Amino acid sequence: MYLADRSAPAGAKAAPGRGSGRSPAVASTVLALGTVSLITDVSSEMVTAVLPLYLIAGLGLSPLGFGALDGLYNGVSALVQLTGGHLADRVRNHKLVAGIGYGLSALCKPLLLLVHSLGPISVILALERTGKGLRTAPRDALISLSTPDELQGRAFGVHRAMDTTGALLGPLAAFLILGVAVDGYDAVFGVSACVAALGVVVLILFVPSGAGFGSGSGDTPPREAATPATARPNPVRLRDAAGLLRLPRLRALALCAVLLGLTTVSDAFVYLLLQRRTGMDDQWFPLLPLGTAAVFLLLAVPAGALADRIGRRTVFLTGHALLLAAYGLLLWAPDWPALPYLVLALHGMFYAATDGVLPAAVAATVPESLRATGLALVGTGQALARFGCSLAFGGAWTLWGTGPALAAAAAGLLCCAAVAGFVLRPTPPAPSVPPTPPAPSAPDPARRP
Amino acid sequence: MTRSRRLLVLAVALLLLGGVGATLVVRAASRADQPRTGGPATTAGAVTLTAGQDTLAFLGSGQGPQRGALASVPADAPDGTRTVSDLTCQRFHAAAGTGVCLRSSPGALAQDNKAVIVDAELRQVRSFPLAGTPSRARVSPSGRFAAWTVFVSGESYGSAFFSTRTAILDTRTWKLDASLEEFAITMDGREYRAQDVNFWGVTFTKDDDTFYATLATAGETHLVKGSISRRSVTTLAKNVECPSLSPDETRIAYKKRVRTGASLWREHVMDLGTLRDHPLAEKRSVDDQAAWLDDRTLAYALPSDGAADRTDLWTVPADGSGSPRLLTPGASSPARLG
Repeated sequence: MYLADRSAPAGAKAAPGRGSGRSPAVASTVLALGTVSLITDVSSEMVTAVLPLYLIAGLGLSPLGFGALDGLYNGVSALVQLTGGHLADRVRNHKLVAGIGYGLSALCKPLLLLVHSLGPISVILALERTGKGLRTAPRDALISLSTPDELQGRAFGVHRAMDTTGALLGPLAAFLILGVAVDGYDAVFGVSACVAALGVVVLILFVPSGAGFGSGSGDTPPREAATPATARPNPVRLRDAAGLLRLPRLRALALCAVLLGLTTVSDAFVYLLLQRRTGMDDQWFPLLPLGTAAVFLLLAVPAGALADRIGRRTVFLTGHALLLAAYGLLLWAPDWPALPYLVLALHGMFYAATDGVLPAAVAATVPESLRATGLALVGTGQALARFGCSLAFGGAWTLWGTGPALAAAAAGLLCCAAVAGFVLRPTPPAPSVPPTPPAPSAPDPARRP
Repeated sequence: MTRSRRLLVLAVALLLLGGVGATLVVRAASRADQPRTGGPATTAGAVTLTAGQDTLAFLGSGQGPQRGALASVPADAPDGTRTVSDLTCQRFHAAAGTGVCLRSSPGALAQDNKAVIVDAELRQVRSFPLAGTPSRARVSPSGRFAAWTVFVSGESYGSAFFSTRTAILDTRTWKLDASLEEFAITMDGREYRAQDVNFWGVTFTKDDDTFYATLATAGETHLVKGSISRRSVTTLAKNVECPSLSPDETRIAYKKRVRTGASLWREHVMDLGTLRDHPLAEKRSVDDQAAWLDDRTLAYALPSDGAADRTDLWTVPADGSGSPRLLTPGASSPARLG
């Protein structure tokens, strides 16, 4: 379908602005949002890195059952993302809603200094994640709205790479502070709050608002400046959001995101399986996510750019094939010393090939006025599916043990990837494809998967 | 706003926030060097773990240079001058000349957590990497076995989820059972297997094989009795956490959850013969693995009033009578060496 997007010349759409829209650089909005994400991730990963130590050693608490509400919260968080996305479209101000999300998370950091028991700490962390849920869709919408269609993959890749850089720097900063100040958890939380505030400042100063996008603020090339929607916007209603699912392309994408999400075993399980499989020392366990993140960071931009060139579908499906390969290695590979590196590399490549590529693909199917809603819809579906997979995988693990559970996940992933490959197969280039979105009435083989 | 104006605002924000952050770090760093004022008298010296000297060992608590330092006082004069050693730990326990010191130090990218086995003169004998943050530690009465529990984060469904991992080490053969979760479980007479099994809070008997611990699964906690040689555990009773076996091995002291879901525990003692239990006179919530000072008295740590990062040691009669009494302020991880 992304092939179809390419065949439906994006230039035609971006034409009214300036020329072909083939600007080599990444839009300044994307860089600004990437910086905001980088800073915010430094801030939140600082807290995440020291939280176990703080709860157990600092406060002397037993955090077992700390995540008991996690399951429930996953559902709430999904709804928050939908709300954030839809709200942003409704008020036509993506920056405002994203800013509220970033601001809420920033406010939570100093609050951590004030409470000393598990209940209030869980509430604050839940609020922090609510902020994250609120901002995700409007932020991705801002990225996609500031980037020409043919460069979406790369733009999301740049953003994800910057975001992951922050996630890697956060623990580094936190442990640096703890190295200087023994038990200086208050210092870590305080600095984290300052860093988060800086992120909000950068957002306010350097990210143009999504309202009447490109209407003069910042140096973003004004796209769609001549669209009638900007002149007299039609109000966005809930019904329009539901109507999005009538778009065959978006429906196909949402379906694939959910199907593949249902067979994507959560990171935590992957690391646990890897540790059991290789019998590696406990001390390496906390470093496993960093391996994935490092590969993700390095490959996010190339993978995004590749997706723009050869088609997002191909890259997205290849990403899942790489994940399948990682499952295969975990299941059947002999005990090579290189096994952990291979699995982590494949896992990181999976993220690089899918995490930014999916929103890039979604963005291309959703009209601008409903961009954040559409992104939130698919993101929520994927998140809920992944959570369902966690529950099912945990159950299968209990019933059958690790090997069969992973084998089942791998078989499921293979089937879902095959279905996704079929559903997302490129449509033959229609003679006169309407711009975005393809009209629901247009004959489309993907409508009945 | 023009570009230069925006950059100016950014520079001012950077300066302000950077200043606040730096101040916080400097303040926290200097706090660690300030000696504690007030509090019990201390003297630097050698703490030994040999039997027959009748002392109470514990870790210093609260801010200051002696935070986490192993200290000892005569058992009959807990308010006396503390002898403070160089060994610092997060959690400590010792018996019969063997000590286990769980230590957590900030590494470059993650915490560096270790279990250090020390001899009677606190010399390091061996050290083992840990998968998570130290929580509980125990040494068997003979000094042969050591057990520890750590909290591992992000091992289950959500990333903010914690689980425990409990290991038992034979210090004679250095055989390490890295996770009790590999032991066979018998629950209510049947073999039991589940993915959500967690163990914590081991306590040993004198026979160097039997131990008691907490097993959590399906939202409930159980007291289990286990055998190291048979690598198996059997459930005995419900709602029992952090058991601690009395010296005469007839009772366990443990924390009993007051209400499901709430982080509130009441310290209880259970008779292992009848499985009948009674609450102790301590009415505050105890979140610790208590230590028996003798067959009639328990010691445990409680947060100090108004200080989040400091605990005091308290003591209460094991039969439910009397009332809690402050044993010594600014201390944690009590162990009776006798």
